[in-house]
Amino acid sequence: MGKPLPADYNTTETRSMLLNIGPSHPAMHGVIRIIAELDGETVTNIDTEIGYLHRAFEKSCEQGQYNVALPYSDRLNYVSPLISNVGYCLSVERLLGIDTTDRCKYIRVIMCEISRITDHLTCVGASSMELGAFTVFLYMIKAREWFWELVESVTGARLTISYARVGGLKADLPADFAEKTLHAIAETRKVLKEVEGLLNSNRIFYDRMKDTGVISKEDALSYGITGPFLRSTGVDLDVRRYAPSLVYDRLNFDIPVGEHGDNLDRYYVRMEEMQQSMRIIEQALRDIPAGEVTVDLAGQSVKAYQMVDDAKMGLTRGMKQVAVVADPTLEGSSGAQHANVYSANKLVALPKKEDTYGNIEGLMNHFKLVMHGHGIRPVKGEAYVPVEGANGELGFFVVSDGTDKPYRVRVRPPCFAIMSALHKCLVGDQVADIIPTFGSVNMIAGELDR
Amino acid sequence: MGQIAAAGPQAPSVNLDKLDFMTTTLDAAIGWSRKFSIFQYPFITACCGMEYMATACSHYDVDRFGAGFPRFSPRQADVLFVVGTISHKMAPILKQVYDQMCDPKWVVAFGVCTCTGGFYDNYATVQGIDTIIPVDIYIPGCPPRPENVLDGLMKLQEKIQKQGLRSTQPSAETPA
Amino acid sequence: MSISATLSTKFSQEVTDLKEANGQLWGYVDKRAVKKVCAYLKNDCGFNILMDLTCVDYLHWEEKADRFEIVYNLYSMKANERIFLRARVSEDDAVIDSVDSVWPAANWLEREVWDMFGIRFTGHPGLKRILMYEEFQGHALRKDYNYSKRQPLIGPKN
Repeated sequence: MGKPLPADYNTTETRSMLLNIGPSHPAMHGVIRIIAELDGETVTNIDTEIGYLHRAFEKSCEQGQYNVALPYSDRLNYVSPLISNVGYCLSVERLLGIDTTDRCKYIRVIMCEISRITDHLTCVGASSMELGAFTVFLYMIKAREWFWELVESVTGARLTISYARVGGLKADLPADFAEKTLHAIAETRKVLKEVEGLLNSNRIFYDRMKDTGVISKEDALSYGITGPFLRSTGVDLDVRRYAPSLVYDRLNFDIPVGEHGDNLDRYYVRMEEMQQSMRIIEQALRDIPAGEVTVDLAGQSVKAYQMVDDAKMGLTRGMKQVAVVADPTLEGSSGAQHANVYSANKLVALPKKEDTYGNIEGLMNHFKLVMHGHGIRPVKGEAYVPVEGANGELGFFVVSDGTDKPYRVRVRPPCFAIMSALHKCLVGDQVADIIPTFGSVNMIAGELDR
Repeated sequence: MGQIAAAGPQAPSVNLDKLDFMTTTLDAAIGWSRKFSIFQYPFITACCGMEYMATACSHYDVDRFGAGFPRFSPRQADVLFVVGTISHKMAPILKQVYDQMCDPKWVVAFGVCTCTGGFYDNYATVQGIDTIIPVDIYIPGCPPRPENVLDGLMKLQEKIQKQGLRSTQPSAETPA
Repeated sequence: MSISATLSTKFSQEVTDLKEANGQLWGYVDKRAVKKVCAYLKNDCGFNILMDLTCVDYLHWEEKADRFEIVYNLYSMKANERIFLRARVSEDDAVIDSVDSVWPAANWLEREVWDMFGIRFTGHPGLKRILMYEEFQGHALRKDYNYSKRQPLIGPKN
């Protein structure tokens, strides 16, 4: 203003421009900051700043008992909370060396797949909305609402569910769950068909998604990317296939893969994954056995002489909870009391609510499990169990120091790896391509920043 | 319009066809027009955003309350919806967005994290956004159900109606 | 030859305590040899994905001589194998080689370990905080950092 330019000022000088997007920007899904270096319309470099939603998940888990970490794990990936729930429980169960019942595993699979569908619905809906296809967003949220109603009927909450427990689940499925689910699936199939009609041959959508945000297979692997993002490049890596936990090895499903690693392929992969998830749910609902949803109450047992020997050596810890296979001569008249002796496995799973409120044994069992210094105490050690989250491999690395609190809980967040490779996708593209590419990452801040 | 003029228990019935003019107070008229044209700025950070989406979409339809049109520029918005946990890293940005909004402006704390910090009582999170900016309506819940959000929105409308022409900001002259 | 046998013959000094648990291989690696061993595992053994890199602060464990352990979670797609390598890092000398040149994925993961535990990675291209802000004092996930010690940028110091 008013200050004359120096005589030697080169008015045709060209410089790259820094464009700051976020952290409060509608397309940045809340909380992320992208600093793009632009040469005209072309992106020459991307710097991503994260951490705006750091809520100290890992430190919070160290403060309470093992089950207390579950509500925090809901809020990691809040679009598919059940998967984080189950993943955490699987790691702690591995640490304890216990296995859950078949019915529990089937329910966990069903709920995980419902979560995966809601996640993909949100992702596809939101990223289409950012490209101007608002109708798709409304349709997708409509379908997501049906699934949330299902989730609510099972867990009592729509979003932050805290449904899984170490050693089992909070409660069994409600009576009419199967019919409702099949109905929701049938309706959702119609919605997906409508959406495909709106998007697949839509010129605007196609042109903006095709060949934008491309990442090569090698880059994706070296950045540790997993999930739909990796599969869009043509690698069929899926935890459900290569390290099947729960009952995924008993179910038939395909792993959709893309070819080019661009935004369009990621859209196709997500759409197909929803279909496969619905297939899994249908099979699981067909095969699900009856039975308990918490660990087997019969549990492990020891011989009476072994118990005496252990006691002589002072190994009495947890002994009250172990069922004794007693000799007939030792049986005496108190055989009826044996049902009240708890197995070691029961030391893990909370009793049913009816028992907690209904009889003194259930109340004591519950009390023992939630009291400070009692509760679940895995032996010293560490465990890591991967599960297939909606964005890729999700795994909890849990370290136990032998007390009732986890010593360290580390979660491997799938979108952390993708975000660290965002510059690989975007450099060379146009500035408008940032939006669909970032949308197809399905960045969930709760999981990214923890 | 007829409803305002005819407020009160003994109000005579009004034939709207023959109504050329009506009287009301400026306060009531301004409040009435403001409360049905809420331009909101969704400051979405976390899980509550999912419920915010659900509230805004067709199932619950926030448009019925005249609040269906989000503005993503703070200068065009008059209600700031703070949706989700605010960390200490995010707090200066929230303050800046609030400062950029024009008067009159209102703030809705959506979800328990914005109200009090919720169960995130740790080194990273702000213990309630009212430590940074003034808040008009608190909607608790983790996250609040859409019905709960709509209730909060109606409470906000009541508040806007009552407020009328008065500024939302405590001015320098009036004692606190 | 299994990966465990390969490692114990090739790196008999550097890689110790290899044990199999639940289909996963766990072992310790000398922190001075981390880069060498990782590069070998990637280039010659097919461990092409660095799934995770994290740290555990063993402040209260009597049996641990060194305070920190860095955990490398490696996955081989070809063999469908997983190996967890751990490197001991003492508190006085909280420095370890960066593996960013082996897997670019390590870039952000190492920044996070620096941010949360205060361990420096030599050879890292831009070691700065990632989750917390630069004004933050201390390292939040260390066991001696108080859980609710807040350091607000604006607002009351509660």
